[in-house]
Amino acid sequence: MRRKKYLRVLSPLVLVSLALLLTGCDSALMDPKGQVGEEQRTLILTAFGLMQIVVIPVIVMTLVFAWRYRRSNRNATYRPDWHHSNKIEVVVWFVPCVIIAFLAVLTWYTSHSLDPHKPIEPTAEQQEPMEIQAVSLDWKWLFIYPEQGIATVNELAFPEDTPVRFRVSSGSVMNAFFIPQLGSQIYAMAGMDNDVHLVADEQGVYPGRSTNYSGAGFSDMTFDAHVGSQEDFEAWVTEVRESSESLTFPEEYYDLAAPSEDAEIQYFSEVSPSLYESIIKSFQAGGDHEARVSEFADSYAEGFGHGSAHSDDESAESHGKPMSAEAAE
Amino acid sequence: MFGKLSLEAIPTDPIVLTTIVAIVLGGGALTAAITYFKKWGYLWTEWITSVDHKKLGIMYFIVALVMLLRGFADAIMMRSQLAMASAGAEGFLPPSHYDQIFTAHGVIMIFFVAMPMVIGLMNLVVPLQIGARDVAFPFLNNLSFWLFAAGVVLVNVSLFVGEFAKTGWLAYAPLSGLDYSPGVGVDYWIWALQISGIGTTLTGINFFVTILKMRTKGMTMFRMPIFTWTSLCANVLIIASFPILTATIALLTLDRYLGMNFFTTDLGGNMMMYVNLIWAWGHPEVYILILPAFGVFSEVIATFAKKRLFGYNTMVWATVAITILSFVVWLHHFFTMGAGADVNAFFGIMTMIIAIPTGVKIFNWLFTMYRGRLEFTSPVLWTLGFIITFTLGGMTGVMLSVPAANFVLHNSLFVIAHFHNVIIGGVVFGMLAGLTYWFPKAFGFTLNEKWGKRSFWCWFIGFYVAFTPLYVLAFFGAVRRMQSYSNPEWQPLMIVAWVGALIIAAGIACTLIQFYVSIRDRKQNQDVTGDPWDGRTLEWATSSPAPFYNFAHLPEVHGVDGFWEAKKANGGVPPISEPPYQDIHMPKNTWEGPIIALFATIFGFALVWHIWWLAIVGGIGMFATFMARIFNDDVDYYVPAAEVERIEREHRQRLKQKGDLAHSTRLETQS
Repeated sequence: MRRKKYLRVLSPLVLVSLALLLTGCDSALMDPKGQVGEEQRTLILTAFGLMQIVVIPVIVMTLVFAWRYRRSNRNATYRPDWHHSNKIEVVVWFVPCVIIAFLAVLTWYTSHSLDPHKPIEPTAEQQEPMEIQAVSLDWKWLFIYPEQGIATVNELAFPEDTPVRFRVSSGSVMNAFFIPQLGSQIYAMAGMDNDVHLVADEQGVYPGRSTNYSGAGFSDMTFDAHVGSQEDFEAWVTEVRESSESLTFPEEYYDLAAPSEDAEIQYFSEVSPSLYESIIKSFQAGGDHEARVSEFADSYAEGFGHGSAHSDDESAESHGKPMSAEAAE
Repeated sequence: MFGKLSLEAIPTDPIVLTTIVAIVLGGGALTAAITYFKKWGYLWTEWITSVDHKKLGIMYFIVALVMLLRGFADAIMMRSQLAMASAGAEGFLPPSHYDQIFTAHGVIMIFFVAMPMVIGLMNLVVPLQIGARDVAFPFLNNLSFWLFAAGVVLVNVSLFVGEFAKTGWLAYAPLSGLDYSPGVGVDYWIWALQISGIGTTLTGINFFVTILKMRTKGMTMFRMPIFTWTSLCANVLIIASFPILTATIALLTLDRYLGMNFFTTDLGGNMMMYVNLIWAWGHPEVYILILPAFGVFSEVIATFAKKRLFGYNTMVWATVAITILSFVVWLHHFFTMGAGADVNAFFGIMTMIIAIPTGVKIFNWLFTMYRGRLEFTSPVLWTLGFIITFTLGGMTGVMLSVPAANFVLHNSLFVIAHFHNVIIGGVVFGMLAGLTYWFPKAFGFTLNEKWGKRSFWCWFIGFYVAFTPLYVLAFFGAVRRMQSYSNPEWQPLMIVAWVGALIIAAGIACTLIQFYVSIRDRKQNQDVTGDPWDGRTLEWATSSPAPFYNFAHLPEVHGVDGFWEAKKANGGVPPISEPPYQDIHMPKNTWEGPIIALFATIFGFALVWHIWWLAIVGGIGMFATFMARIFNDDVDYYVPAAEVERIEREHRQRLKQKGDLAHSTRLETQS
């Protein structure tokens, strides 16, 4: 009777977790929109499946052994001094070794094939790769398009089927650049030039964000990546170029770099040449980052920072309108 | 005069203020009660200055349980915030408060709950298991505890005065540098960890020497109980890894106090060095916690299955292998930093290899049950719950260890779910099993089983309800340390996770009720024999609670499970120690340990607030007290044989009474 009572408690739990797993199937990571993300989904499912070879037997054996060899079951064999068996030892070492050996090979192979630094060779249907530079600031993302000579804050756009090399750095503390539906994330670190290569196979709006905690405004360090056709992208670039704002280094850059939470989308029609490199160099020997950032000291002090509900509404509004100039306002 | 300290440092947040008022009232009531009942002298001579490893173990556990309540209050606040703060809603905790809470939760749960539980259990059990009368350095043991307590005090003072770090529990640079964290929060973090960390290092050395040098006659290395083996390995890890933490924090301290640039963003500072160093300590740290828990499960399962542990040698070698491997896997905490494919693959594969000895251990526990006679006591339930939960946690750990998969899972709620999976399922279950298992040895009566089992079911079910949603949310792109999120689709799962946290809260409540009920019924649950579970190892060979000298005659062992063998050789009953007795050499209590720690607390507090004169007072105080200890020759004494005989005679009389009682009840039932 007692056993049935436990089962009654457990069965709804099993149902709930199954439902949770099923809803997980159309989630960002299980529904990737780029080849990097697709390979990573396959990898996660493969690793998960392989380990069931051990996990399921262990759970079953735990329940069966515990029940069969319960103290009240006098029918079960009892051998209090039995404590060694070469056969069992061989099996319990051998099976995990084989699985881990298989996983190790898979790990070695995928660590290289999915190395974030490895350029994506465009296939026949894909276009030539492009470069976008992403700089994490407190608490927003600056995206610089060196080939187009433009920049944006908290909005990203690029054409589908185009391998993109994201060069990633930081103008502040450590962050991580991540668009879950496209695949790999990478750390953004001040003074360092990191990179990750991604490609989108489908048009759409893919949410991205910093995943590495960076202070008070971290939660709202989000952006949308708008992936459209080549024409869509060009139209978007034209819109950005219509902006009256420019981003010169160092003056206007440091105005932008001042800490702000839940920052609005901004477009810059002109940027200083090699802005990205200048930001990186500002942290290296002879750089003036330290002197500049000391002006923000008050912003990091105690009590700073509550995101305003007002700007929240605006960014929510801009979600559904890919590549619209209104969002820039 | 008071450095950066002013009245403004007292927080005005209503949640914090309420807590402060509650703590001040509670603390005041406690102090008043102790004074009224004239217990200060008793506390000072019997507990505060005690060098008895069993009493220190008990004190570690009491502090850990109190801190568990605080750390769990943080957890409930975080889960409530995330259940509310969806789609633009701000919830009830602004970032400046929420960020302190998740930092405090991590720091408290690892350093001031899990560590003291593990070290407390080692204190209580290891000397008894190896047949020793105390640890190798009794004064250091007392000092370790009080230095740990100093860290606890500093963390709790940060709640009243100033703020705590808003950096995450490992205070990654450069966020923890002066530029980005100008407040005192990181300084509290620094001094709390630095002072308690020195205490931990001393514990590591102490127990390492104790286990190597103080084993009783016949106790060779390969006859040591598994809990002692896992403790030995954990202490090797402490000795090897805690100095890295101390050095890393010292460098961060130089950055913050003297304007140096080890981990800043410029002038050659390198934040990647910080992340590497902190995890070079941080990964071994998780094995410091889990290895002793493995030891607990090994003892529990063999005892309650009434069967010798399957594959003792394999168990030992698997433990040693994990110990060594734990030092070559730290990079798996930051594959996304962008190291090359070769480096990532190496650390990924080394991490997976740890799954092999761990898997073997799990099979060994399973085959210990096989052909045994398993009694479903609450320690056994914790063990079964552990095997299932930890296996799942190990699986998600291996998934995270594949670098290319880690690139999408890192920093997400998957990581949070994974490490709670292994820390709750492994360390917490292990420590609660160990608490129930060894409680009678510390106090002389067993814990109430009904409430223990209720606690288990709440923790077990609560864990899955709280953390399964987090695994799933990770696949939707939810990351750790968010104070709010814009996607309303996440909210239902966040609410489920909140319900899970409430179920775990019920589990903690069950444990508290369990203590109350057990203390109330202590007469019925008394453990007269000292061997309530028909145990296998030496700690059960002495009375419960163990006399302060542990063993009247030092026991001799002739194999693994020495006490079990002795019972078998003696016709199934434990051999009883008989006169004549000899004088026993014991260490004296020490006032220096608590006083050094008191000065250390003052020193740390003064440095947090830049009150330099007070820091000098604290520093000189520590040094002077330590000198006083060094030149104090009066540190030991002999317990006269007559006194030993008196204590042992009382124990035998209690046994005899119990025997007579059992005899008479048997007669009654027959008639």
